[in-house]
Amino acid sequence: MRTALVLLLLLALAAVPGSLVPQQERQPAQAADFRRNNPDLSNVLDTLGVFNVFATPWFAAVYLLLFVSLAGCIVPRCGQYLRALRAHPPTAPRVLSRLPEHTYWIAPAADADDALRAAVDVLRGRRFRVAAGPGGDGWVAAEKGYLREAGNLVFHLALFGMLVALAIGNLFGTTGQKLILQGDGFTNTSTQYDDFTPGTLATGDDLEPFSFRLKSFHAAYQPTGPQRGTASAFEARISYTAAEGATPRDARVRVNEPLEVNGTKVFLVSHGYAPVVTVRDGKGDVAWKGPVAFLPQDNNLRSVGVVKAPDAVDAKGRPDQLGFTGLFLPTVQLDANGWVSTFPAPDDPVLVLTAYHGDLGMNSGIPQNVYQLDTERATQFRNADGTPYAKALRPGDRMTLPDGAGSLSFDGIRQWAGFQVARDPSNGTALWSSVAMGAGLCASLFVRRRRVWVRVRPHTGTDTSSGIEIEVAGLERGSSDRLGEEVGEIAAELRVRTLAACHDTSNSRTQERP
Amino acid sequence: MNSNSLADQTLAQLSNWLMYSAIAVYLMAFLAACAEWAFGNTGRIARASATDPAGSVARDDEPSAPVGGTTPGSTSVLVPTSTTVRRKAPPGGHGAAGDSPRADVLGRTSVSLTLLAFVLHAGSIVTRGLSVARPPWGNMYEFSTAFALAAVGAYLAVLALRKNVRWLAVPILLSVLLTLGLAVTILYVDSAQLVPALHSYWLWIHVSAAIVSGGVFHIGAVVTLLFIGRDRWEAAVAKGRAGGRLATVWGRLPSAGSLDKLSYRLNVLVFPLWTFAVIAGAVWAEAAWGRYWGWDPKETWAFITWVAYAAYLHARATAGWKGRRAACLGLIAFSTFVFNYYGVNIFITGLHSYGGLPTK
Ligand code: HEM
Repeated sequence: MRTALVLLLLLALAAVPGSLVPQQERQPAQAADFRRNNPDLSNVLDTLGVFNVFATPWFAAVYLLLFVSLAGCIVPRCGQYLRALRAHPPTAPRVLSRLPEHTYWIAPAADADDALRAAVDVLRGRRFRVAAGPGGDGWVAAEKGYLREAGNLVFHLALFGMLVALAIGNLFGTTGQKLILQGDGFTNTSTQYDDFTPGTLATGDDLEPFSFRLKSFHAAYQPTGPQRGTASAFEARISYTAAEGATPRDARVRVNEPLEVNGTKVFLVSHGYAPVVTVRDGKGDVAWKGPVAFLPQDNNLRSVGVVKAPDAVDAKGRPDQLGFTGLFLPTVQLDANGWVSTFPAPDDPVLVLTAYHGDLGMNSGIPQNVYQLDTERATQFRNADGTPYAKALRPGDRMTLPDGAGSLSFDGIRQWAGFQVARDPSNGTALWSSVAMGAGLCASLFVRRRRVWVRVRPHTGTDTSSGIEIEVAGLERGSSDRLGEEVGEIAAELRVRTLAACHDTSNSRTQERP
Repeated sequence: MNSNSLADQTLAQLSNWLMYSAIAVYLMAFLAACAEWAFGNTGRIARASATDPAGSVARDDEPSAPVGGTTPGSTSVLVPTSTTVRRKAPPGGHGAAGDSPRADVLGRTSVSLTLLAFVLHAGSIVTRGLSVARPPWGNMYEFSTAFALAAVGAYLAVLALRKNVRWLAVPILLSVLLTLGLAVTILYVDSAQLVPALHSYWLWIHVSAAIVSGGVFHIGAVVTLLFIGRDRWEAAVAKGRAGGRLATVWGRLPSAGSLDKLSYRLNVLVFPLWTFAVIAGAVWAEAAWGRYWGWDPKETWAFITWVAYAAYLHARATAGWKGRRAACLGLIAFSTFVFNYYGVNIFITGLHSYGGLPTK
């Protein structure tokens, strides 16, 4: 137990750094910020694995040691418990008066064997397990509350269930993220995801074959008050087919209300805007057209994004890639901090862009981040005075690039929704383990295991009458006021029974004598 | 949005008004409780034992030897796990008032005022909930007020169970006043709708379980603190010393043994509820984010709290860790709970960052 205690404390301690330092997997952006702000510290932390505490060997070592010590304790205790279930309650101690709860009285005319039988009855009636000693200097031993130990074992075993669930989840679960534009669709295959993380032993080949289309996305925000701009509802309306060839069905996905298809769940996790733009190149041909998802940076959905036209040509028809980068502001305001958004709904939307041309690395064959522009070998368009060329566009506006290099028109706005698709085969195991844990815990903490002994001896008092002395005593692990009451009740019941028995015998005697 | 209708604004206003009234009445209850201590006395018996360190009236109500019929090391061991150190201890005191009838009246007044404040406080929370038609725990102001209500509720419940625990009034009311003071000044936000992440019936289940656990853990921690004080005093008296400057306080408290037992009972009583709160949170996380456990800071600290309380329970059952050491673990466990509330909500960003603190 002492080992377990130390390991438990160590586990709690080991979890602390994981909450103070941003974790790489969960919060990559914050982790990067942290690294930038504390370069030296970060090196030390990196060698210790503090950016990924819950996957480090030392964290695993602590909890595995804990579970080994748990197993080392639980397995023998299960054996002991089974033996204890079959064993009799132990013999009464010689001196009952040393027990914490003890009472005795003298029954003048009672018979020892009758009293012992009555004691067995009373204790059985109270659902104790009872064992009786031989008559004469006889005793009765009783025990109750075996469920306490059982509950404790179930609780600790359920902890193993939790560990197994965690392992199953890590090995066989899959999660993936997908950003979907209003009107677009998604088929659940690993290649369609923006980001796909299968468990260690999951291949990603056997994903649930469903598909869905985002019909529309709705958001509602607090229009006024101190929480102005805080979202009050998000809803994605989708149409999905549960399997190939199945008939499409409509569904609504909200935060907290995922769509579930045969054990795979689709969660709504993010949303944003996608300005619809048309890019024309130097020859006036459409080089790119469509919605481009911008990624939100704050609660008012100030969003950043890029527009790329890899196939653009210049006025003479030579390849000259065009790239635009900038901000989308659903409700624009220009203040000292630059372009900001003051409300998340598109009440006064503006697209602010600057443009590049030349080699944007889009033909290099190296996969590119769609949300970033590689401007290393490109040239930024500039105004006549040399400042970067930038323009703020309202829907319907068009920016014409200098030197007839082309143009971009801002045609409209679409929304997008980000979904997380997850399958975790350990959910059931985890749930049932936690139910077992709760039940076991309650039994272990609230069931009282206690023993009660009754001893009956011939009374060797000074007075002449023969009789017996009856002792009742109780013992409980952990002290409880209720044991005293219980022993008192048992004694009272027994007293009544032995008294009644005396009455019977005395009555029959009086009837015999005359 | 209907949250701005006149009726709702009136309700929100009423809620604030009730809150300020509750704080005022709590303050009066607190002062009455302080006065009870000030005008109370240490009581005849305790005085006698304090002046007579040999403890002629002291008794040792724990059995002094392990009892036969048990086999050490087996699961069926039923050794009484008494928690007090076996020494000649002065008897438990009579409470804050001691034997003084005047102080007793003050103490009773404090209880009545607490009850009144509790009703006003509950009214404030209910009207706040009505004003926005949702469970009134969506931001830190609301969590804090609910948490304080749970603490007072737990205190009144223990009182109602006919336990003479009026000596709890001063520390409990002090921390309730601090919590509410912090809530109405720094943490206050006007009532508003919930962010979508909190739109779930799990908000009722998970958060109310956590709040009630917090309230009872709080009382448990206060009793534990008092246990440590009383225990040291008893040790000092046993060695023949007077027991320090606060001797009059410790002398009026119940015996260390019963304080220890009470704090253990309180913690044991809510540990399953806290376990349930964590599990319900995991179920909710599964419904909201697709994973039941993601080591988010809030989750991590809930886990730490849970493990710390489990360690406390183990310590109570482990020889050599009973008494003051287990008590320290209990206090550490409670401080992790408090940190999970204030620390994680304010200083650490995570998915659970819905504290709704006014940003400057
Ligand atoms: C190495 C691992 C562990 C060992 C060897 C161990 C051993 C034990 C034993 C022997 C008991 C019975 C104590 C008694 O009946 O008084 C117990 C009780 C308990 N254990 Fe563990 N345990 C371990 C891990 C854990 C863990 C990880 C938790 C939860 C975080 C936990 C929570 C509890 C609880 C709540 C009790 C009930 C305490 C009580 O009865 O007062 N245990 N443990």
